[in-house]
Amino acid sequence: MTAAAEGSPPLRMTRARRNALLQSEPVQGLALISPTFIYALILLVLPILVVIAHSFWTQHYLTIDRTFTLENYRVALTEPIYRDLLWRSLYISLTVSLLTVLLAYPIAYFISFHGGRHKSLWLFLITIPFWTSYLLRVMSWKVILGYNGVLNSGLMGLGIIDEPSTALLYNSSAVIITLTHAWAAFAILPIFVSLEKVDRTLVEAATDLGDGPLRSFLRVTLPLSAPGVISAALIVMIPTVGDYVTPKLVGGKDGVMIANAIQAQFGKASNWPLGAALSVTTMLIVTLMAGATVLIIRAVQRLAR
Amino acid sequence: MMAVRRFLSGGWLATYAFLYVVFLYLPVIFLPIFSVNTAATPKFPLTGFTLHWYEDLPRTPALLDAAWNSMIVGVSAAVLSTVLGILAARSITRYRYPGRSTIHGLIMAPLVLPEVIVAISMLLVMLQLGLSLSLFTVVLGHVLVCIPYSMTVLTSGFEGFDRSLEEASADLGESAFGTFRRVTLPMVAPAIISSLLVCFTISLDEFIIAFFLTGTEATLPIYIWGQLRFAAKLPGVLALGTLLLVASFLLMTVAEILRRRAARRTQNEGGLYA
Repeated sequence: MTAAAEGSPPLRMTRARRNALLQSEPVQGLALISPTFIYALILLVLPILVVIAHSFWTQHYLTIDRTFTLENYRVALTEPIYRDLLWRSLYISLTVSLLTVLLAYPIAYFISFHGGRHKSLWLFLITIPFWTSYLLRVMSWKVILGYNGVLNSGLMGLGIIDEPSTALLYNSSAVIITLTHAWAAFAILPIFVSLEKVDRTLVEAATDLGDGPLRSFLRVTLPLSAPGVISAALIVMIPTVGDYVTPKLVGGKDGVMIANAIQAQFGKASNWPLGAALSVTTMLIVTLMAGATVLIIRAVQRLAR
Repeated sequence: MMAVRRFLSGGWLATYAFLYVVFLYLPVIFLPIFSVNTAATPKFPLTGFTLHWYEDLPRTPALLDAAWNSMIVGVSAAVLSTVLGILAARSITRYRYPGRSTIHGLIMAPLVLPEVIVAISMLLVMLQLGLSLSLFTVVLGHVLVCIPYSMTVLTSGFEGFDRSLEEASADLGESAFGTFRRVTLPMVAPAIISSLLVCFTISLDEFIIAFFLTGTEATLPIYIWGQLRFAAKLPGVLALGTLLLVASFLLMTVAEILRRRAARRTQNEGGLYA
């Protein structure tokens, strides 16, 4: 305490009160998180608001006309090319999330119930490929599925086919295979976490009360792991709708997705407002689809009990 | 019924799990295999062993520039996102306040948003603000997508941290900063290093955001993307890709070991992936 402060009691009071306020938990907590929070506001929330604003504007060559219009949304929703791209993106992401969840569930179950001492080793093994470059993983599928690729040359070498198949690469199946592989780890982890939380005594109780392994799985374990299934489905579905690299590298003409169209509007076509409207539409539709998925899984979960 | 029982009891599941891991690794394995093959196209049968494609790499100036750019971007993004991650993770694990989970959700949001949309929205704002696109704008973008990962690593290191140690330090007359530096920091140092490595790896491998937000300077993934157009350049790309794979693998392994050590130190199981 300084001599000056001691000489002026009222000032000391306010300072004490201010110190008390500064030392309160909420204020300290908020102060500590504010730099990160502000960063996210400036580089995530503000940009998304700017995109939403642009989607209601129009562009004349290099100038943006800021009169409100719904024209971009009309184009985004009714022009056959964008409608088709949106449908295809939704179809692909829905298929990919369904496949990854179905393929991932048994692994997550195995690690959680039979992983024993090696649980973390299994998890580590499964997550390692995911940490390698996404671009490189997509590229390796191009190498595998290509006309002169690994699969074609391998199958020909084994005498299974006579000439290279063109059906492997540059279509939506190639996109689905690649994305299913790329997002596999993302689906396993949430399911694993929710399976870990399943109280093992409940499974035992079901068995003791006469449920067979299949019934106790369907009526106890599966419904209890529904939250993990939900987050696995969403964590795959939402980003894959907007995937750009995979359709570009392995999709060909039949595998183009909405993100490629969005990119084109910000690049070559240079129609920012339309690109913005396509982005907002994609986000809205994917949100609706995610909501529907949550409701469906919850309904099934209720039925299973 | 027997089959079902055996399936659920792990016999078949173990086989399935093994095949699944093979499926996860197989595509990635082809990159190193064909990067040492003499043929210029990646197909079977293999024609012979060579390190020729690797020897060419250091003789490509554009590649060296890209590697240097990736290094600058990676280190800056790792440091910035870890600093922001430390503040946020500390706040989330140590304090209770209104709006805490909303703020947390917002900070974690880039993890689940389509990257293209995150990238083009940042691009729009940066162009509006009159920022010219450069490695700096790439760093800004990478920090945003790295923070969620940094948060996850650091929260698992900070959680379960024994608060009485800090209280003891404060009671013994240490200032808040002194307590952080002399008690908290040594406990969570492995988690911090782990976060730095994870963020560096993510930035090193990240393509979409760099693709949209860079000006004329390429990072390694952008360089690779450019080379993919030329079929003749493929073996070189495979060689470079293999080196990147190995780098990511090593960095992530070290990060995971450190993260576990941090979690053990604060007596907290769970994890980066949980």
